[in-house]
Amino acid sequence: MATAYDIAMKQERSEDDGSAPVVAVENLRKTFGNHMVLNGISLSVNRGETLAVLGRSGTGKSVLLRLIIGLEKPDSGSVCIHGQNIAGLALDRMGEIRKKMGFLFQHAALYDSLTVAENVAFPLVHHRKDMSRSERGERVKQLLAEVGMEGNLDTMPSDISGGMQKRVGLARALALEPEILLLDEPTAGLDPISSGEIDDLILKLQRERKMASIVVTHDLHSARTIANRLALLDQGNVVIEGTFEDLQQSDIEFVEDFLKLS
Amino acid sequence: MNTAASSAAGLFEGFFEWFGNLGIFFWQVLRAAVTPPYEWRELIRQLDEVGSKSFPVVVMAGSAIGVIISLEARYSLSRFGAKSMFPATLVYSVIQVMGPLITGLVVTGRVGAGISAELASMKVTEQIDAIEASAINPYRYLAATRILACILMLPLLTLVADGCGLLMGWFAQTLVEPLSFHQFIQDGFKGATFSAFLPQTFKTSVYGLIIGLIACFQGMRTRGGAEGVGRAATNSVVLASLFVILSDVVLVKFILVVFP
Repeated sequence: MATAYDIAMKQERSEDDGSAPVVAVENLRKTFGNHMVLNGISLSVNRGETLAVLGRSGTGKSVLLRLIIGLEKPDSGSVCIHGQNIAGLALDRMGEIRKKMGFLFQHAALYDSLTVAENVAFPLVHHRKDMSRSERGERVKQLLAEVGMEGNLDTMPSDISGGMQKRVGLARALALEPEILLLDEPTAGLDPISSGEIDDLILKLQRERKMASIVVTHDLHSARTIANRLALLDQGNVVIEGTFEDLQQSDIEFVEDFLKLS
Repeated sequence: MNTAASSAAGLFEGFFEWFGNLGIFFWQVLRAAVTPPYEWRELIRQLDEVGSKSFPVVVMAGSAIGVIISLEARYSLSRFGAKSMFPATLVYSVIQVMGPLITGLVVTGRVGAGISAELASMKVTEQIDAIEASAINPYRYLAATRILACILMLPLLTLVADGCGLLMGWFAQTLVEPLSFHQFIQDGFKGATFSAFLPQTFKTSVYGLIIGLIACFQGMRTRGGAEGVGRAATNSVVLASLFVILSDVVLVKFILVVFP
């Protein structure tokens, strides 16, 4: 078993040669009351790579994303972003790391008192003080154009569909040009056409921006389309991690069942 | 017997746990409030929400209190042959007792419930998480601005309530027994010092702290969807009203000791 020193040295070495994982999760455990959600998970994602995290409902996929962005604290284990362990960081220190991350929430979580444009502008208003109002306006238009929502600048979030809300949520997540993109069920609840459009959008963004991405999804087709690697969770553990072909070739009963029923 | 004892123990435990969590929340808000960046734009928006938008309801409540005290005071003072004391009775009753308290309770109902419901709704729809994920400190952006707005606006709203109370109290008296406003003010404030009225007005900043703190705390720790939002708003109003009244007991004694 690797000691904390070994892990630190490994991180230091890999940072030196430029191959450090952008996100590295080691032995992550999380319980809510008596319910063990994550039971010692280890995963890593490199720059330009997309990892899809699959699994049944309640296996801790969304909790994993919330731990990575620091919205939950782990019981034990570490979450390292660019080699820095974020456990125990103060809110403002954590904020500096979060500026490098974009998060698309499962239900988009748009600010319902702000328009679509104001939602996308929100991170820019707070973190890009150097931008003039007109520069910010242009940037918002550009971001919304990237997700195909340029015609809805002054619309309220309640007046657009779920798929459109996710597009706006994605534009907001991209506003600060993150190096890490975390997507929680980006296609959940969408019709197949909208799901396909969101997948295409994510692929396009990956090609253009070379971000490290983690996508939590139930949708195996979507995961296969957008991810380089897949990790299948069950009962708080990673059952298998690899390419879609690795999963297909696996003789683990749970993996076979999951692929058969998906 | 055992069940009653254990439920009482549970109640006490819950109460102390709530207080402990409120203390931790207050510390986090205080720490966020005094460190940059400062959220001036949101603070100004909240000053408008708490102050300008509470103006009409405070005017109405203050006016009603003035009329009620005027009617009661005239009747009581007449019985004791002390009608000449009417202006001073009205001035002291409104400014020292009823104006601050009524303003505190009215703002608790309007602003406390509003803040709590708004933040609770944001919490259950993950909007507060989205703010935090956008590298913005929600204690600074959401809580500190709202609490500070309550602290700053309560004394101003109290002055408005006091002014309306005095004006309408005088007006109600004048309808029955004409008295010039100039005479009313001169008699009412005869021998009064600033220290008799200013601490009573500015103590409402403490009410503002209580209202804002409890509303933000209840809102930001909400769980359980629409039901949770309703519960947060109700609890916020009940607890803030209770603590405003209880704090008044302490503040009145404190003011009497410090400004004799």
